[in-house]
Amino acid sequence: MPKITYKDNQGNSKTIEVENGLSIMEGAIQNDIPGIDADCGGSMACATCHVYVEEKWLNKLPKAEDAEVDMIDMAHEPKKNSRLSCQLIVSEELEGLTVTTPKKQS
Amino acid sequence: MKKTDTIIIGAGPVGLFAVHQLGIKGLKSIVIDNLDKAGGQCIELYPDKPIYDIPAVPECTGEELTKKLLEQIKPFRTEFFLNERVEEVKQDKENWIVKTNNKNEFLAPNIIIAGGVGSFEPRKLSVKEAEKFEGKSLFYAVRNKEQFKNKNISIFGGGDSALDWALELSKFSKINLIHRREEFRGAPHTLSEIKKLEKDGTISIKTPCQLDSIQGDTNIESITLKFDDGKNEKIKTDIVLSFFGLIMKLGPIAEWGLSMNKKTIEVNSENFQTNKKGIFAAGDICTYPGKLKLILSGFHEVALASVECFKRARPNEKYRFEFTTSSKNIQERLGKK
Repeated sequence: MPKITYKDNQGNSKTIEVENGLSIMEGAIQNDIPGIDADCGGSMACATCHVYVEEKWLNKLPKAEDAEVDMIDMAHEPKKNSRLSCQLIVSEELEGLTVTTPKKQS
Repeated sequence: MKKTDTIIIGAGPVGLFAVHQLGIKGLKSIVIDNLDKAGGQCIELYPDKPIYDIPAVPECTGEELTKKLLEQIKPFRTEFFLNERVEEVKQDKENWIVKTNNKNEFLAPNIIIAGGVGSFEPRKLSVKEAEKFEGKSLFYAVRNKEQFKNKNISIFGGGDSALDWALELSKFSKINLIHRREEFRGAPHTLSEIKKLEKDGTISIKTPCQLDSIQGDTNIESITLKFDDGKNEKIKTDIVLSFFGLIMKLGPIAEWGLSMNKKTIEVNSENFQTNKKGIFAAGDICTYPGKLKLILSGFHEVALASVECFKRARPNEKYRFEFTTSSKNIQERLGKK
Protein backbone atom coordinates (compact mmCIF):
# COMPACT_ATOMS: atom_id res chain seq x y z
CA MET A 1 0.00 0.00 0.00
CA PRO A 2 1.31 3.47 -0.88
CA LYS A 3 2.72 5.55 1.96
CA ILE A 4 1.20 9.00 2.29
CA THR A 5 2.57 11.69 4.59
CA TYR A 6 0.21 14.16 6.23
CA LYS A 7 1.91 17.26 7.61
CA ASP A 8 0.20 19.91 9.72
CA ASN A 9 1.01 23.60 9.45
CA GLN A 10 3.33 23.33 12.46
CA GLY A 11 5.47 20.79 10.61
CA ASN A 12 4.37 17.71 12.59
CA SER A 13 3.93 14.83 10.24
CA LYS A 14 2.51 11.34 10.18
CA THR A 15 3.12 8.76 7.47
CA ILE A 16 0.56 6.05 6.94
CA GLU A 17 -0.23 3.38 4.40
CA VAL A 18 -3.42 4.13 2.54
CA GLU A 19 -5.23 1.50 0.52
CA ASN A 20 -5.34 1.99 -3.26
CA GLY A 21 -8.63 3.46 -4.38
CA LEU A 22 -9.31 5.44 -1.21
CA SER A 23 -9.03 9.21 -1.38
CA ILE A 24 -6.35 11.10 0.52
CA MET A 25 -9.26 12.54 2.56
CA GLU A 26 -10.60 9.07 3.44
CA GLY A 27 -7.09 7.95 4.39
CA ALA A 28 -6.95 10.83 6.86
CA ILE A 29 -10.42 10.30 8.31
CA GLN A 30 -9.97 6.54 8.77
CA ASN A 31 -6.65 7.05 10.51
CA ASP A 32 -7.75 9.94 12.72
CA ILE A 33 -5.39 12.41 11.10
CA PRO A 34 -6.37 15.85 12.42
CA GLY A 35 -6.68 18.91 10.18
CA ILE A 36 -9.03 17.45 7.57
CA ASP A 37 -12.74 17.95 8.34
CA ALA A 38 -14.48 16.72 5.17
CA ASP A 39 -17.85 18.05 6.28
CA CYS A 40 -19.67 17.11 3.09
CA GLY A 41 -18.27 13.58 3.05
CA GLY A 42 -16.45 13.81 -0.27
CA SER A 43 -19.07 15.32 -2.57
CA MET A 44 -16.83 18.28 -3.46
CA ALA A 45 -19.26 20.66 -1.83
CA CYS A 46 -17.52 22.14 1.18
CA ALA A 47 -13.75 22.71 0.79
CA THR A 48 -13.00 21.46 4.31
CA CYS A 49 -10.60 18.72 3.15
CA HIS A 50 -8.31 21.33 1.63
CA VAL A 51 -4.58 20.45 1.51
CA TYR A 52 -1.42 21.87 0.01
CA VAL A 53 0.43 19.45 -2.23
CA GLU A 54 4.22 19.43 -2.44
CA GLU A 55 5.28 21.39 -5.54
CA LYS A 56 7.09 18.46 -7.13
CA TRP A 57 3.88 16.43 -7.01
CA LEU A 58 1.62 19.06 -8.58
CA ASN A 59 2.17 17.95 -12.18
CA LYS A 60 2.09 14.26 -11.37
CA LEU A 61 -1.44 14.43 -10.01
CA PRO A 62 -4.48 14.35 -12.28
CA LYS A 63 -5.46 17.96 -12.99
CA ALA A 64 -8.22 19.46 -10.86
CA GLU A 65 -11.61 19.64 -12.54
CA ASP A 66 -13.24 23.06 -12.86
CA ALA A 67 -15.66 22.22 -10.07
CA GLU A 68 -12.76 21.47 -7.73
CA VAL A 69 -10.97 24.72 -8.60
CA ASP A 70 -14.23 26.63 -8.05
CA MET A 71 -14.61 24.99 -4.66
CA ILE A 72 -11.02 25.82 -3.71
CA ASP A 73 -12.01 29.49 -4.04
CA MET A 74 -14.01 28.88 -0.89
CA ALA A 75 -11.19 27.24 1.02
CA HIS A 76 -9.26 28.87 3.82
CA GLU A 77 -6.15 30.57 2.38
CA PRO A 78 -5.95 28.84 -0.98
CA LYS A 79 -2.61 28.74 -2.78
CA LYS A 80 -1.36 27.59 -6.19
CA ASN A 81 -0.70 24.11 -4.78
CA SER A 82 -4.13 23.78 -3.15
CA ARG A 83 -6.19 20.65 -3.78
CA LEU A 84 -9.22 19.04 -2.21
CA SER A 85 -8.03 15.79 -0.73
CA CYS A 86 -11.36 14.07 -1.47
CA GLN A 87 -10.45 14.32 -5.17
CA LEU A 88 -6.99 12.74 -4.85
CA ILE A 89 -7.35 9.00 -5.25
CA VAL A 90 -4.53 6.86 -3.89
CA SER A 91 -2.65 4.60 -6.33
CA GLU A 92 0.88 3.17 -6.53
CA GLU A 93 1.92 6.31 -8.45
CA LEU A 94 1.25 8.38 -5.32
CA GLU A 95 3.76 6.43 -3.19
CA GLY A 96 5.58 9.00 -1.07
CA LEU A 97 3.14 11.87 -1.58
CA THR A 98 3.19 14.54 1.12
CA VAL A 99 0.23 16.83 1.76
CA THR A 100 0.14 19.69 4.23
CA THR A 101 -3.06 20.72 5.98
CA PRO A 102 -3.86 24.44 6.27
CA LYS A 103 -4.03 26.38 9.55
CA LYS A 104 -7.74 25.68 9.62
CA GLN A 105 -10.41 24.33 7.34
CA SER A 106 -13.12 26.94 7.75
CA MET B 1 -44.28 29.48 24.24
CA LYS B 2 -45.60 27.37 21.37
CA LYS B 3 -46.64 23.77 22.05
CA THR B 4 -46.32 21.06 19.47
CA ASP B 5 -45.77 17.29 19.25
CA THR B 6 -42.33 17.39 17.67
CA ILE B 7 -39.72 20.09 17.14
CA ILE B 8 -37.69 19.38 14.01
CA ILE B 9 -34.28 21.00 13.82
CA GLY B 10 -33.15 21.29 10.21
CA ALA B 11 -35.25 21.81 7.07
CA GLY B 12 -33.18 19.60 4.77
CA PRO B 13 -34.72 16.62 2.99
CA VAL B 14 -34.70 14.48 6.13
CA GLY B 15 -36.32 17.17 8.30
CA LEU B 16 -38.98 17.69 5.64
CA PHE B 17 -39.77 14.00 5.37
CA ALA B 18 -39.98 13.84 9.16
CA VAL B 19 -42.90 16.29 8.92
CA HIS B 20 -44.57 13.79 6.58
CA GLN B 21 -43.99 10.71 8.70
CA LEU B 22 -45.22 12.50 11.82
CA GLY B 23 -48.10 14.12 9.93
CA ILE B 24 -49.58 10.89 8.61
CA LYS B 25 -49.59 9.61 12.20
CA GLY B 26 -51.57 12.68 13.22
CA LEU B 27 -48.69 14.44 14.96
CA LYS B 28 -48.02 18.16 14.62
CA SER B 29 -44.53 19.51 14.15
CA ILE B 30 -42.66 22.74 13.63
CA VAL B 31 -39.39 23.13 11.73
CA ILE B 32 -36.47 25.42 12.60
CA ASP B 33 -33.57 26.17 10.23
CA ASN B 34 -30.76 28.71 10.16
CA LEU B 35 -30.99 29.18 6.39
CA ASP B 36 -33.57 31.49 4.84
CA LYS B 37 -35.22 28.65 2.94
CA ALA B 38 -35.98 24.94 3.21
CA GLY B 39 -33.76 22.35 1.53
CA GLY B 40 -30.56 22.28 3.58
CA GLN B 41 -27.48 21.05 1.75
CA CYS B 42 -29.63 20.15 -1.30
CA ILE B 43 -30.41 23.83 -1.81
CA GLU B 44 -27.27 25.42 -0.43
CA LEU B 45 -24.57 23.13 -1.78
CA TYR B 46 -25.93 21.43 -4.87
CA PRO B 47 -29.25 22.90 -6.08
CA ASP B 48 -28.37 22.10 -9.72
CA LYS B 49 -26.51 18.83 -9.27
CA PRO B 50 -28.46 15.73 -10.22
CA ILE B 51 -29.08 13.10 -7.53
CA TYR B 52 -29.42 9.55 -8.85
CA ASP B 53 -30.19 7.48 -5.77
CA ILE B 54 -33.62 8.53 -4.60
CA PRO B 55 -35.78 5.39 -4.92
CA ALA B 56 -38.11 5.52 -7.94
CA VAL B 57 -36.73 8.92 -8.98
CA PRO B 58 -34.05 8.13 -11.59
CA GLU B 59 -32.70 11.67 -11.59
CA CYS B 60 -33.54 14.94 -9.88
CA THR B 61 -31.65 18.00 -8.67
CA GLY B 62 -31.36 19.11 -5.07
CA GLU B 63 -33.80 21.91 -5.81
CA GLU B 64 -36.35 19.60 -7.44
CA LEU B 65 -36.15 17.16 -4.54
CA THR B 66 -36.80 19.98 -2.08
CA LYS B 67 -39.79 21.24 -4.08
CA LYS B 68 -41.30 17.75 -4.23
CA LEU B 69 -40.85 17.20 -0.50
CA LEU B 70 -42.46 20.57 0.28
CA GLU B 71 -45.36 19.63 -1.96
CA GLN B 72 -45.67 16.27 -0.21
CA ILE B 73 -45.97 17.88 3.24
CA LYS B 74 -48.26 20.72 2.19
CA PRO B 75 -51.41 19.06 3.65
CA PHE B 76 -49.91 19.30 7.14
CA ARG B 77 -49.59 23.13 7.00
CA THR B 78 -46.45 23.00 9.10
CA GLU B 79 -45.02 26.20 10.48
CA PHE B 80 -41.40 26.94 9.53
CA PHE B 81 -39.07 29.14 11.55
CA LEU B 82 -36.33 30.10 9.10
CA ASN B 83 -33.26 32.29 9.67
CA GLU B 84 -33.33 30.95 13.20
CA ARG B 85 -30.87 28.83 15.08
CA VAL B 86 -31.63 26.71 18.11
CA GLU B 87 -29.53 27.95 20.99
CA GLU B 88 -30.78 26.04 23.99
CA VAL B 89 -32.47 22.75 24.79
CA LYS B 90 -33.82 22.21 28.29
CA GLN B 91 -35.74 19.38 29.90
CA ASP B 92 -39.10 20.10 31.49
CA LYS B 93 -40.39 16.83 33.04
CA GLU B 94 -41.49 14.69 30.06
CA ASN B 95 -41.08 17.58 27.65
CA TRP B 96 -38.31 19.57 26.02
CA ILE B 97 -38.08 23.33 25.76
CA VAL B 98 -36.23 24.73 22.78
CA LYS B 99 -35.11 28.35 22.54
CA THR B 100 -33.88 30.03 19.38
CA ASN B 101 -31.62 33.01 18.77
CA ASN B 102 -34.75 34.83 17.65
CA LYS B 103 -36.25 34.49 21.13
CA ASN B 104 -38.85 31.92 20.06
CA GLU B 105 -39.66 29.17 22.56
CA PHE B 106 -41.18 25.80 21.85
CA LEU B 107 -42.38 22.97 24.07
CA ALA B 108 -42.74 19.39 22.86
CA PRO B 109 -42.25 15.81 24.07
CA ASN B 110 -40.02 15.15 21.04
CA ILE B 111 -37.14 16.76 19.19
CA ILE B 112 -35.82 15.37 15.93
CA ILE B 113 -32.38 16.73 15.10
CA ALA B 114 -31.96 16.52 11.32
CA GLY B 115 -29.21 19.06 11.24
CA GLY B 116 -26.89 17.64 8.58
CA VAL B 117 -23.40 18.80 9.42
CA GLY B 118 -24.67 21.74 11.43
CA SER B 119 -26.01 25.15 10.55
CA PHE B 120 -24.77 27.12 7.57
CA GLU B 121 -22.88 30.29 8.35
CA PRO B 122 -20.90 32.63 6.11
CA ARG B 123 -17.23 31.82 5.76
CA LYS B 124 -15.40 34.72 7.36
CA LEU B 125 -12.26 36.54 6.32
CA SER B 126 -9.23 35.09 8.01
CA VAL B 127 -7.25 38.25 8.86
CA LYS B 128 -7.55 38.82 12.59
CA GLU B 129 -8.54 42.49 12.40
CA ALA B 130 -11.62 41.55 10.34
CA GLU B 131 -13.76 40.82 13.38
CA LYS B 132 -13.77 44.33 14.81
CA PHE B 133 -15.20 45.78 11.58
CA GLU B 134 -17.89 43.13 11.16
CA GLY B 135 -21.37 44.60 10.91
CA LYS B 136 -19.97 48.16 10.70
CA SER B 137 -17.93 48.31 7.52
CA LEU B 138 -17.39 44.62 6.77
CA PHE B 139 -20.35 42.47 5.71
CA TYR B 140 -20.93 38.88 4.63
CA ALA B 141 -24.37 39.57 3.17
CA VAL B 142 -26.24 42.57 1.82
CA ARG B 143 -29.43 43.20 3.75
CA ASN B 144 -30.01 46.85 2.86
CA LYS B 145 -28.21 48.17 -0.19
CA GLU B 146 -29.06 51.80 0.68
CA GLN B 147 -26.21 51.82 3.18
CA PHE B 148 -23.76 51.13 0.35
CA LYS B 149 -24.54 54.26 -1.68
CA ASN B 150 -21.70 56.58 -2.78
CA LYS B 151 -18.92 54.54 -1.17
CA ASN B 152 -15.71 52.86 -2.15
CA ILE B 153 -16.61 49.19 -1.94
CA SER B 154 -14.24 46.23 -2.13
CA ILE B 155 -15.92 42.95 -2.96
CA PHE B 156 -14.14 39.63 -2.42
CA GLY B 157 -15.09 36.43 -4.20
CA GLY B 158 -15.36 34.89 -7.66
CA GLY B 159 -18.85 33.44 -7.71
CA ASP B 160 -22.33 34.69 -8.49
CA SER B 161 -22.89 36.55 -5.21
CA ALA B 162 -19.71 38.59 -5.69
CA LEU B 163 -20.42 39.33 -9.35
CA ASP B 164 -24.11 40.13 -8.89
CA TRP B 165 -23.46 42.57 -6.07
CA ALA B 166 -20.54 44.16 -7.90
CA LEU B 167 -22.89 44.86 -10.80
CA GLU B 168 -25.79 46.03 -8.65
CA LEU B 169 -23.80 48.31 -6.34
CA SER B 170 -21.78 49.77 -9.24
CA LYS B 171 -24.93 51.74 -10.10
CA PHE B 172 -24.17 54.14 -7.27
CA SER B 173 -20.73 53.29 -5.89
CA LYS B 174 -17.17 52.66 -6.96
CA ILE B 175 -16.33 48.95 -6.87
CA ASN B 176 -13.14 46.92 -6.54
CA LEU B 177 -13.77 43.28 -7.39
CA ILE B 178 -11.07 41.11 -5.86
CA HIS B 179 -10.45 37.43 -6.58
CA ARG B 180 -7.64 34.97 -5.97
CA ARG B 181 -7.38 33.89 -9.63
CA GLU B 182 -8.05 35.36 -13.08
CA GLU B 183 -11.11 33.21 -13.80
CA PHE B 184 -14.47 34.05 -12.30
CA ARG B 185 -17.12 31.38 -12.02
CA GLY B 186 -20.26 33.51 -12.14
CA ALA B 187 -22.78 33.63 -14.98
CA PRO B 188 -21.06 34.59 -18.29
CA HIS B 189 -23.61 37.35 -18.94
CA THR B 190 -22.88 39.07 -15.61
CA LEU B 191 -19.18 38.73 -16.24
CA SER B 192 -19.40 40.42 -19.64
CA GLU B 193 -21.40 43.29 -18.10
CA ILE B 194 -18.68 43.69 -15.49
CA LYS B 195 -15.94 43.71 -18.13
CA LYS B 196 -17.79 46.60 -19.84
CA LEU B 197 -17.93 48.56 -16.59
CA GLU B 198 -14.25 47.86 -16.03
CA LYS B 199 -13.49 49.69 -19.28
CA ASP B 200 -15.33 52.84 -18.20
CA GLY B 201 -13.72 52.74 -14.75
CA THR B 202 -16.76 52.04 -12.53
CA ILE B 203 -15.49 48.63 -11.54
CA SER B 204 -11.87 47.82 -11.06
CA ILE B 205 -10.91 44.14 -11.11
CA LYS B 206 -8.00 43.00 -8.94
CA THR B 207 -6.66 39.50 -9.64
CA PRO B 208 -4.91 37.23 -8.75
CA CYS B 209 -4.59 38.41 -5.19
CA GLN B 210 -5.82 37.95 -1.66
CA LEU B 211 -6.48 40.15 1.33
CA ASP B 212 -3.33 40.84 3.34
CA SER B 213 -4.61 43.30 5.96
CA ILE B 214 -7.27 45.87 6.80
CA GLN B 215 -6.47 49.39 8.04
CA GLY B 216 -8.69 51.67 10.09
CA ASP B 217 -9.77 52.43 13.65
CA THR B 218 -13.51 52.13 14.07
CA ASN B 219 -14.26 52.02 10.38
CA ILE B 220 -12.28 50.58 7.49
CA GLU B 221 -10.11 53.19 5.75
CA SER B 222 -8.12 51.00 3.39
CA ILE B 223 -7.17 47.42 2.65
CA THR B 224 -3.90 45.91 1.49
CA LEU B 225 -3.93 43.23 -1.18
CA LYS B 226 -1.16 40.76 -1.80
CA PHE B 227 -0.75 39.73 -5.42
CA ASP B 228 0.54 36.35 -6.54
CA ASP B 229 3.72 37.97 -7.89
CA GLY B 230 4.50 39.17 -4.35
CA LYS B 231 3.55 42.82 -4.88
CA ASN B 232 1.27 44.60 -2.43
CA GLU B 233 -1.33 47.23 -3.18
CA LYS B 234 -3.14 49.45 -0.73
CA ILE B 235 -6.57 50.61 -1.82
CA LYS B 236 -8.89 53.14 -0.24
CA THR B 237 -12.05 51.41 0.93
CA ASP B 238 -15.07 52.31 3.06
CA ILE B 239 -16.88 48.99 2.83
CA VAL B 240 -15.70 45.40 2.43
CA LEU B 241 -18.12 42.73 1.24
CA SER B 242 -16.91 39.15 1.36
CA PHE B 243 -18.62 36.27 -0.48
CA PHE B 244 -16.71 33.07 0.18
CA GLY B 245 -19.76 30.89 0.52
CA LEU B 246 -21.09 29.19 3.59
CA ILE B 247 -19.57 26.74 6.00
CA MET B 248 -21.33 24.28 8.23
CA LYS B 249 -20.96 24.62 11.96
CA LEU B 250 -22.24 22.17 14.51
CA GLY B 251 -22.78 25.06 16.91
CA PRO B 252 -24.65 24.68 20.21
CA ILE B 253 -25.80 21.08 19.47
CA ALA B 254 -22.51 19.90 20.95
CA GLU B 255 -23.51 21.36 24.33
CA TRP B 256 -26.85 19.61 24.85
CA GLY B 257 -25.40 16.62 26.67
CA LEU B 258 -25.93 14.21 23.79
CA SER B 259 -23.39 11.48 23.35
CA MET B 260 -21.33 12.42 20.35
CA ASN B 261 -18.85 10.71 18.08
CA LYS B 262 -16.67 13.38 16.45
CA LYS B 263 -19.26 15.70 14.92
CA THR B 264 -22.11 13.19 14.84
CA ILE B 265 -24.74 12.17 17.40
CA GLU B 266 -24.92 8.56 18.54
CA VAL B 267 -28.33 6.91 18.18
CA ASN B 268 -29.73 3.42 18.41
CA SER B 269 -30.86 2.03 15.08
CA GLU B 270 -34.21 0.85 16.40
CA ASN B 271 -35.86 4.24 16.79
CA PHE B 272 -32.96 6.67 16.32
CA GLN B 273 -33.26 8.02 19.81
CA THR B 274 -30.15 9.59 21.34
CA ASN B 275 -28.99 9.03 24.93
CA LYS B 276 -31.74 11.51 25.93
CA LYS B 277 -35.28 10.16 25.84
CA GLY B 278 -37.39 12.13 23.38
CA ILE B 279 -34.43 13.53 21.46
CA PHE B 280 -33.88 11.81 18.14
CA ALA B 281 -31.26 12.36 15.47
CA ALA B 282 -31.58 11.43 11.80
CA GLY B 283 -29.79 12.01 8.52
CA ASP B 284 -26.14 12.99 8.18
CA ILE B 285 -25.86 14.13 11.77
CA CYS B 286 -26.55 10.73 13.34
CA THR B 287 -24.25 7.75 13.63
CA TYR B 288 -24.73 4.06 14.39
CA PRO B 289 -22.98 0.91 13.21
CA GLY B 290 -23.23 0.72 9.43
CA LYS B 291 -24.50 4.29 9.01
CA LEU B 292 -24.53 5.57 5.42
CA LYS B 293 -24.81 9.29 4.78
CA LEU B 294 -27.50 8.95 2.13
CA ILE B 295 -30.75 10.87 1.83
CA LEU B 296 -32.63 7.59 1.61
CA SER B 297 -31.12 6.40 4.90
CA GLY B 298 -32.38 9.61 6.51
CA PHE B 299 -35.89 8.93 5.21
CA HIS B 300 -35.84 5.48 6.82
CA GLU B 301 -34.49 6.91 10.06
CA VAL B 302 -37.28 9.48 10.50
CA ALA B 303 -39.93 6.90 9.61
CA LEU B 304 -38.82 4.77 12.54
CA ALA B 305 -38.24 7.73 14.86
CA SER B 306 -41.77 9.00 14.19
CA VAL B 307 -43.23 5.82 15.73
CA GLU B 308 -41.48 6.46 19.03
CA CYS B 309 -42.48 10.14 18.77
CA PHE B 310 -46.11 9.01 18.53
CA LYS B 311 -45.80 6.82 21.62
CA ARG B 312 -44.33 9.71 23.61
CA ALA B 313 -46.80 12.34 22.34
CA ARG B 314 -49.87 10.09 22.73
CA PRO B 315 -49.07 7.89 25.74
CA ASN B 316 -52.71 6.90 26.17
CA GLU B 317 -53.26 5.81 22.59
CA LYS B 318 -52.21 2.59 21.00
CA TYR B 319 -49.96 2.96 17.98
CA ARG B 320 -51.38 1.24 14.92
CA PHE B 321 -49.23 0.68 11.87
CA GLU B 322 -51.10 1.76 8.75
CA PHE B 323 -50.52 1.91 5.00
CA THR B 324 -51.19 5.11 3.05
CA THR B 325 -52.91 3.02 0.37
CA SER B 326 -55.61 1.73 2.69
CA SER B 327 -55.83 3.92 5.79
CA LYS B 328 -58.79 6.29 5.82
CA ASN B 329 -57.17 8.21 8.67
CA ILE B 330 -54.02 8.87 6.71
CA GLN B 331 -55.92 9.77 3.56
CA GLU B 332 -58.00 12.26 5.54
CA ARG B 333 -54.86 13.81 6.98
CA LEU B 334 -53.51 14.11 3.45
CA GLY B 335 -56.74 15.80 2.39
CA LYS B 336 -57.60 12.99 0.00
CA LYS B 337 -60.97 12.01 1.37
